[in-house]
Amino acid sequence: MATGLYQEQILDHYKHPRNKGQLADATHHAGDSNPLCGDSVELFLRVDGSDRIADVRFDGQGCAISQASASLLTTLLEGKTLAEARSLGKETLLKDLGVPLSAVRVQCAVLSWNVLRRALGETSSATGS
Amino acid sequence: MVAAAKSALDVDAIRKDFPILQRTMRGKRLVYLDSTATSQKPQSVLDAIDDYYARYNANVHRAIYELGEESTREYEGARERIAAFIGAKSPNEIAFTKSTTESLNTIAYGWAIKAGHVKEGDEIVGTVMEHHSNHVPWHFVRDLRGAALKYVDVDDDGHLRMEQYDDLITKRTKVVTLAHVSNVLGTINDVKAVARRAHEVGAICVVDAAQSVPHLPVDVQDLGCDFLAFSGHKMLGPTGIGVLYGRADVLEATEPLLGGGEMIREVHLGTAEWNDVPYKFEGGTPNIEGAIGLGAAVDYLSKLGMGAVRAHERDVTEYALRALARVPGLRIYGPKSADERGGVISFTMEKAHPHDIASILDVEGVCVRSGHHCAQPLMDRYGLPATTRASFYVYNDREDVDALVAALGKVHEVFG
Repeated sequence: MATGLYQEQILDHYKHPRNKGQLADATHHAGDSNPLCGDSVELFLRVDGSDRIADVRFDGQGCAISQASASLLTTLLEGKTLAEARSLGKETLLKDLGVPLSAVRVQCAVLSWNVLRRALGETSSATGS
Repeated sequence: MVAAAKSALDVDAIRKDFPILQRTMRGKRLVYLDSTATSQKPQSVLDAIDDYYARYNANVHRAIYELGEESTREYEGARERIAAFIGAKSPNEIAFTKSTTESLNTIAYGWAIKAGHVKEGDEIVGTVMEHHSNHVPWHFVRDLRGAALKYVDVDDDGHLRMEQYDDLITKRTKVVTLAHVSNVLGTINDVKAVARRAHEVGAICVVDAAQSVPHLPVDVQDLGCDFLAFSGHKMLGPTGIGVLYGRADVLEATEPLLGGGEMIREVHLGTAEWNDVPYKFEGGTPNIEGAIGLGAAVDYLSKLGMGAVRAHERDVTEYALRALARVPGLRIYGPKSADERGGVISFTMEKAHPHDIASILDVEGVCVRSGHHCAQPLMDRYGLPATTRASFYVYNDREDVDALVAALGKVHEVFG
């Protein structure tokens, strides 16, 4: 049985990632990596005419925390409006992961959230879209 | 598994010398397997530092009063013992720096750039297995002097491809630099052969000895190198103190990086004359407690005997290589034989990322490192984003290896 960090939910998202893959018709896209760990996450959003996230995918590789977090994030984004996605705080993602993280491992967990901010054009160094 | 205890060192007695090893981690015995990053410190080193501040704290050199004489005597005494420890001909060949990194930068800036020994079109030969601290200073030399950088490759078993030196070393070569022991693969490199080849074309040989001086008998006369750099904190000493060894003539031909007090003989408005080596490299009040602490660390290691330290680590490493090879899905990088490597083992596991391995091991009280180990060019060479690394020192034994293997069983439970 998993101890500490590796609770059922994280392992489930890691071993059976939701919305894994890419979107050819993405309207919003960004990627980033954590140079310390070599974790990488790409996020693809397709936003429809009413500003709603109609489809979402992530791709990437890395540790269980970074990849489970990305998978979980896509489930939080499904069906949300852009405004709702923009107001999604990283605290929500960390809380939903449901495990206490050390300062170093928090970086793994928030990688996907940082990529979301880039995809939404919320940072100056956006790489996509 | 039975941890048969026949060793060159009395590890049980040694462990008692290290206060930190008495603590537990979440109720479990602390199994510290990250000495390649930094070593733990024996009580004698802590006492030496404490004693300096409690009994004879005063700035070194030039003090007329007794306290200053005492601190100078201890500071210079440490230099003498460090010189003897690595076979330097004189304490004047030992300059105190803050780290291996600062020592290597002093060579790159002070010898190659500032003293102008490397000119446009000259060549520097490194290796792909270097730590970043033996890559980046040479990038500076390339950028500021127009030198070309060349690298010796590694084979799939983590050995330097020595035959490449035949092509890479040319009449234009001014510097040949390499790690004595790889901080990722553990490979013990044949520095002696490389230094000989460097000297054939009049180049200098610069050795990153951060992972060798703490673990092997090192004799700079035998190696034949010109410069050698190492850190105190990886050899039972405190952080913030490093050593630059340079043979007297090359050290004389190196310019100081820091201008200020201590490093000068005379200063007038607009001009200054440098102090003698090694003092010209020690501008500003030096890390007195660091040097004294490192002196105490050298005393501790000398008492154990570096031959015995090496024999012990070789035994633990051989045991670990065998035990880890039996872990399902685990792959070890670097030389197959413990004779060819120091006590450093990097590995990956099929289904678990190195960071997840390190997190699960942490829960079991086992401290290992995961990541690129400041050796990204080497990681790129093997197509690896990261590895997990376990490393051994005088306070580790087969029992620690058993704890590591048992904890890796938990990784297998979680990630299958």
